[in-house]
Amino acid sequence: MTNKLSITLIAAAVALIGCGEQKPPAKAEATATEAAPAPGLEVRIGHVAPLTGGIAHLGKDNENGARLAIDEANAAGIKIDGKDVKFTLVAEDDQADPKVGSTVAQKLVDAKVVGVVGHLNSGTSIPASPIYNQAGIPVISGSATNPKLTEQGFKQQFRVVARDDQQGPAIASYLAGEKKPKLVAVIDDATAYGEGIANEVEKTLKAANIKVLPREKGTDKTTDWKAVLTKLRGRKPDAIFYGGMDATGGPLLKQGRELGIKAVFTFGDGACTDKMNELAGQAAEGMLCSQAGIPPQAASKKFLEAYKKKFNADPILYAPFTYDATNLLIEAMKKANSTDPKAYLAELQKLSFTGSTGPISFDEKGDRKDAEVTIFTMKSGKIDPIAVVKGGKTVAYDEFLKTMGGAK
Amino acid sequence: MDTFLQQVINGLTAGSVYAVVALGYTMVYGIIQLINFAHGEVVMIGAMVAFTIINALAPAGLPPLAVVLIGAGCAVPVCMLVGYSMERLAYRPLRGAPRLAPLITAIGVSIILQHLALMIWSRNIMAFPQIIESRTYFIAGAAITTVQIAILAICLGLMGALAILVYRTPLGTAMRATAQDPQVAGLMGIDVNRVIAATFVIGAALGAVAGVLFGTYYGIAQYTMGSVLGLKAFSAAVLGGIGNIPGAMLGGVLLGLVEALGAGYIGDFTDLCQYGFLAGAISACEGGGHFILAGSNYQDVFAFIVLILVLVLRPQGLLGERVGARA
Repeated sequence: MTNKLSITLIAAAVALIGCGEQKPPAKAEATATEAAPAPGLEVRIGHVAPLTGGIAHLGKDNENGARLAIDEANAAGIKIDGKDVKFTLVAEDDQADPKVGSTVAQKLVDAKVVGVVGHLNSGTSIPASPIYNQAGIPVISGSATNPKLTEQGFKQQFRVVARDDQQGPAIASYLAGEKKPKLVAVIDDATAYGEGIANEVEKTLKAANIKVLPREKGTDKTTDWKAVLTKLRGRKPDAIFYGGMDATGGPLLKQGRELGIKAVFTFGDGACTDKMNELAGQAAEGMLCSQAGIPPQAASKKFLEAYKKKFNADPILYAPFTYDATNLLIEAMKKANSTDPKAYLAELQKLSFTGSTGPISFDEKGDRKDAEVTIFTMKSGKIDPIAVVKGGKTVAYDEFLKTMGGAK
Repeated sequence: MDTFLQQVINGLTAGSVYAVVALGYTMVYGIIQLINFAHGEVVMIGAMVAFTIINALAPAGLPPLAVVLIGAGCAVPVCMLVGYSMERLAYRPLRGAPRLAPLITAIGVSIILQHLALMIWSRNIMAFPQIIESRTYFIAGAAITTVQIAILAICLGLMGALAILVYRTPLGTAMRATAQDPQVAGLMGIDVNRVIAATFVIGAALGAVAGVLFGTYYGIAQYTMGSVLGLKAFSAAVLGGIGNIPGAMLGGVLLGLVEALGAGYIGDFTDLCQYGFLAGAISACEGGGHFILAGSNYQDVFAFIVLILVLVLRPQGLLGERVGARA
């Protein structure tokens, strides 16, 4: 994902400037948690996210989710193998930098954590994953969406959020089910991301017996889409899907409406931002787009209330997912009656658990089965969730909220 | 038919902007035989300055047209200053040097300007605030917006004004005299340095307006926008005959048309499945499938195909006369 990459780059730049004084606080925090008296068995769970730099607020949000789960488990007084267990969170900062990510991963392995929640970015999760794999430590990411993470054949690598390539089928099945187009045009920006998601959309649409026009292409720098759009206008598609980022998607949408195209414009998460409104103005109204996972306010009521009570703030983005990831680790340990990674890994693989983001179980790659993808629409200049797609089924967003509220 | 007409309208709009940018290249080349590769960056700076001002003024509640005019009004003097400094600091010291030296300097200036813009405006894209209510008119099924009409009108106006300046005023006469022979022009009492500086400044002003128009048309500006736009305009200038002012205008418009029609139809022509003898051989064609060799993402390539064809087949360009008569 390009925007994640740019965030990583910015964070890396920031990290370079302030490299010297950033490491000590993270370490101090980690030792402070460790220093607490440990009655019975002390079990360490690692958490990694950028706690400094441009997306530090998201990193802290992730960490809060994990911390809440740990505190709840400690309050519940869990016994494993006959011993009272005290869980401690070893929170580390990877600065959203792939290099720091690997260093921190090694540090956690050395600190003998039994499981890791993180990392936040795909860019840090992927280089860190072989280190955890070698040490045999289960890792669950609550926010890394790049398919490659779980395609490396690592048995102890999991994620609880949808993969990028689950988005294409989700947005396409929403389009097919709700808008019932007869003819769809698919455009992409000739990048790995854009082409990948466009291919998935085309496949799903064709499977639903919807005609798809021959693929049109631009580049990730195209600003003039008029030639492509004029050609498409002549073929009168009912919907247009574009696989690409907002910087090119905005002008595409604007020019499409200027040419008088009435089709529904649909995008993946690269163009699922408020920036679309800035770039396309009134033309952006009513566009559809998708994002992996669910918005935090759609998580279970029980989680939202507990989070608010503990941190006196609302979760920002992926906190429900790291909360679930931490609970999954603890649950697997309980089921296996062991905190040994080798012993509880088998339980984790076949676990079926209802978390704050709904029912969770893993497929053989370690990806979440039927992961949710949320569909948004542009409403008075803001992207607004309208539906959640799960396992090819579409649930209206309000309905989904009700099921989550009632689940716990 | 409406698709074809629409592509022509698209091509004319983009082409008229290319033409105005191409004028900046061709005027400078005509007078000192320098290809000023930094001209594309001047256009970019024009767009960025205007966008900054327009974004700052947009919430103030002034009439939208006034906001845009103020934005353009600030961009033009800034670009004129950039054009002047460029000539004074980078090119004048090299006048009389071998031709390769100023050419490489021009590339250097281009890189410097681009990175200055990166430092000032960051790498983020800037959006044009949605203040102009663009209306769309339909002519025989083809859409044309008020912004497009304005761009066509402004570009035509600028080209007309430049023609009058060059062929009807004392400054224009001095410019043409300097272009013919700077030494003799100097002996006739023309301040050659002033005339050359004026040429750069006028070209930069045209570039600034083109930048504002281009940005307004697509609603987006970024520090990298100048390089491709500049290269296309350069191709347009070569197509028309570099150094030739009417040639740059013709070349720009033609290039815009070639690009729009090329990108619009290349996919249809390179779809191998429509050619009977090939369709049988390609498995993707079965059941009404398609096998497209080159799609609309090749749009930017057309400008450079045109450039190569012109250089091979007619190096002096469509309207150009002799090239390289003077060293």
